[in-house]
Amino acid sequence: MMDCVEETNHDPLTAPPVTSPSACENKTEKKKPSENVSLADNSLLVDISDALSEKEKVKFTVHTKTTLPEFQKSEFLVVRQHEEFVWLHDRYEENEEYAGYIIPPAPPRPDFDASREKLQRLGEGEGALTREEFLKMKEELEDEYLATFKKTVAMHEVFLQRLAAHPVFRNDAHLRVFLEYEQDLCAKPRGKMELIGGLMRSMTTTTDEIYLGATVRDVNDFFEQETAFLQEYYSHLKEAVAKVDRMTSKHKEVADAHIKLSSCLTQLATREQPPTERFLTRAAETFDKCRKIEGRMASDQDLKLADTLRYYMRDGHAAKAVLVRRLRCLAAYEAANRNLERARAKNKDVHAAEQVQADACARFEQLSARAREELLDFRTRRVAAFRKSLIDLAELEIKHAAAQQELFRKSLQVLGECQ
Amino acid sequence: MSEGTDAPLFSTVDIDNENREDEDLFASAVQEVSLDPEVNGTHESFEKTTSSDVSSTPAVVSSPIMEEIATERANNIIITVTEPQKIGEGMSSYVAYHVLTKTNMPIFSRHEFTVLRRFSDFLGLHEKLTEKYLRSGRIIPPAPEKSIVGTTKMKMTSTPSTENANGSNPSASLHSQFVERRRAALERFLNRVAQHPVLCIDPDFREFLESDTELPKATSTSALSGAGMLRLFNKVGETVNKITYRMDESDPWFEERCVRVEALEAQLRRLCGACEALAGERRELAARSHDAARAAAALSAADPHAPLSRALSHLADLHEKIEHLRVEQSNTDFYVLTEHIKDYLGLIGAIKDVFHERVKVFQNWQHAQMQLTKRRENKAKAELANRPEKIEQASNEIIEWEAKVERGQQEFDTISRVIKKELERWEETRVSELRATILRYLEEHMKHQAQSIRYWDAFLPEARAIK
Repeated sequence: MMDCVEETNHDPLTAPPVTSPSACENKTEKKKPSENVSLADNSLLVDISDALSEKEKVKFTVHTKTTLPEFQKSEFLVVRQHEEFVWLHDRYEENEEYAGYIIPPAPPRPDFDASREKLQRLGEGEGALTREEFLKMKEELEDEYLATFKKTVAMHEVFLQRLAAHPVFRNDAHLRVFLEYEQDLCAKPRGKMELIGGLMRSMTTTTDEIYLGATVRDVNDFFEQETAFLQEYYSHLKEAVAKVDRMTSKHKEVADAHIKLSSCLTQLATREQPPTERFLTRAAETFDKCRKIEGRMASDQDLKLADTLRYYMRDGHAAKAVLVRRLRCLAAYEAANRNLERARAKNKDVHAAEQVQADACARFEQLSARAREELLDFRTRRVAAFRKSLIDLAELEIKHAAAQQELFRKSLQVLGECQ
Repeated sequence: MSEGTDAPLFSTVDIDNENREDEDLFASAVQEVSLDPEVNGTHESFEKTTSSDVSSTPAVVSSPIMEEIATERANNIIITVTEPQKIGEGMSSYVAYHVLTKTNMPIFSRHEFTVLRRFSDFLGLHEKLTEKYLRSGRIIPPAPEKSIVGTTKMKMTSTPSTENANGSNPSASLHSQFVERRRAALERFLNRVAQHPVLCIDPDFREFLESDTELPKATSTSALSGAGMLRLFNKVGETVNKITYRMDESDPWFEERCVRVEALEAQLRRLCGACEALAGERRELAARSHDAARAAAALSAADPHAPLSRALSHLADLHEKIEHLRVEQSNTDFYVLTEHIKDYLGLIGAIKDVFHERVKVFQNWQHAQMQLTKRRENKAKAELANRPEKIEQASNEIIEWEAKVERGQQEFDTISRVIKKELERWEETRVSELRATILRYLEEHMKHQAQSIRYWDAFLPEARAIK
């Protein structure tokens, strides 16, 4: 579906990243959400030093600096694609040892469909716009595209940084391979079949979840509460993300509506007497500046509010996964208990069954303890991140509104004088 | 502008101040929603006064027709339309408006008077003015359009909502919005007429403002009446005429103006579309802010961490407030900018009517000219044939048509002159009006931003309080 759209219309959006190197090499910003990462020491530092958009794919250059003896060199670069990040994430999820940990959620797939679609619509409506309006709209869309791109890169970076900073995850062999191995990892981009497979898998996990939730009775109040909380909270977060997204995208459209207003005023000015012409041109400039500030407001809302909510939505999902794994472990433990009873009744292989049961018990206990810690940690992390984002959001909103107010004040002054 | 303009400028300031005090008084009486555009109307009328004073000062010079009128030049008159109230029930009900006039013009017997008028009275006034003055080339300010949907809706709403519109508790219902828009439009219409040197002293206009008795119901204004239908046919005929008849323009001034007005109209239509789009987007943004507020409230309820939950609930409140702010912004986009541009377009329509009127006069003149030539030919033929009784008849006819041609030419010259004057007057007003509108628009938005800062400022400590 998506492929054919891209093949048929050769839109200018994809064009610049391929043709001009300046537009496609987006240096990532280092200041991105470090709130999720507590850098205890500098023995393993990972960042994405560079990213390149090539048609479908985005290639991330992962840069590692380390003092750990497990690595062969102290500093190296590898090129990775999104699918390889997902592969790495899946390796963590599979590993039973990590069952009690909240595994950092995999970064979302690079998605430029929205900007592409907008550009396509813009191309179709080109006749209704003046040249100048069209260029401004295009510029606006390119900015948007760039912002999305940067955000995507930042998400991938945060994922790696969380792994690298984690006392347990950082020692994982797969991570080492991911960071060090210079060839492609055999993580192919998902085809249609695999997409269906992924869908099946997610369906089985969901049914699994429901089944486990229905059959296994939790003995622990803490986990029961936590499960209820996460279920509810996750759905509310999801709702909030959707609503805030809708709001910011509309805000963006409000900003874009200024373009037409501004250009209409400019046109009107061309036919007027010099003083009026000056007046109208200035007014048009004001509207144009106003548009930029409104646009920035929208993107900051997106960055501070929507993205924080989104990140915790996914993190909440990861936390839910821990609870499911715990339930599964509990189910295994109960099964071991039943086996032991049966063995005792038959008086056969009692010793082996006892051993299995003891193992399962130990594993479950350990997992529960770990999960409890992780969930508590998740709570504090969440509160801290929300606090920071909300403060940032408020400060930015104030800043933009003040800028806007100042802009209006100044232009009122200028326009008032302009006789 | 010359020094001469200063004097009338000052004298109007006085009235305006007085009026502003009054404005506050009314604002408290009228529902809150309407407060904003109402102030708008007054401001505009003030601008109008100032600007027309400015423009009518140099107007004294050229034309002899204008001279007598221009003695009246400073139209110190401000009209406010307030307190729309619903009278009657069901389909026969209507909304009546208080029309308050303040003036120091000697032609009015008092300085301040108020009458109760219904919408059709306004239309009737417009009709009368058009009948009387369009032929002589006056630009008649357009009256607000009739809206059957809006009227019916208003009629169908029960009386309690009218009470809302009258003041007690603010209701943002569609109906009151409709009434408010119309009220503001009527106010602008009356002030435009009042600022016109000729239209202002028209007896019908004065009767409209002053007479305490109810005006005879203007039946012909009803959209569905027979007269309305007739008017529709006339309009169709005129349009056909407009399209088919092309006059070869002899006056370069008119040629240039015609082109300019056409171009202006096209641009203004685009601008109007842009403004409407902005207002619409902003309104939708308000709705989405509301959704976001609801989602934030739900999230806050689900959050077990008390301070964070509190902060989120404040965030929800904040977004509710922002929703209202967005609605206000959208109203500013609409009432200040879009409505003004629509008025502007209406005036351009009136100008085109006037141009068309001139074409019609020209047509008459040309027709008379043609008839005259024909009669002359007839006379020549008769002379050749030597038929005295025919010569006699032809000579009489020639005299008759000569007079007609002369009258036609005179009429054409007069209308051309009047139109020139009217357009010059309008040019000056429109520029200052546009200026005032944009300044007012920016001012309003500046206030909105200040409000936004206050909202977020209040939120910031809540966000900081999360521990």
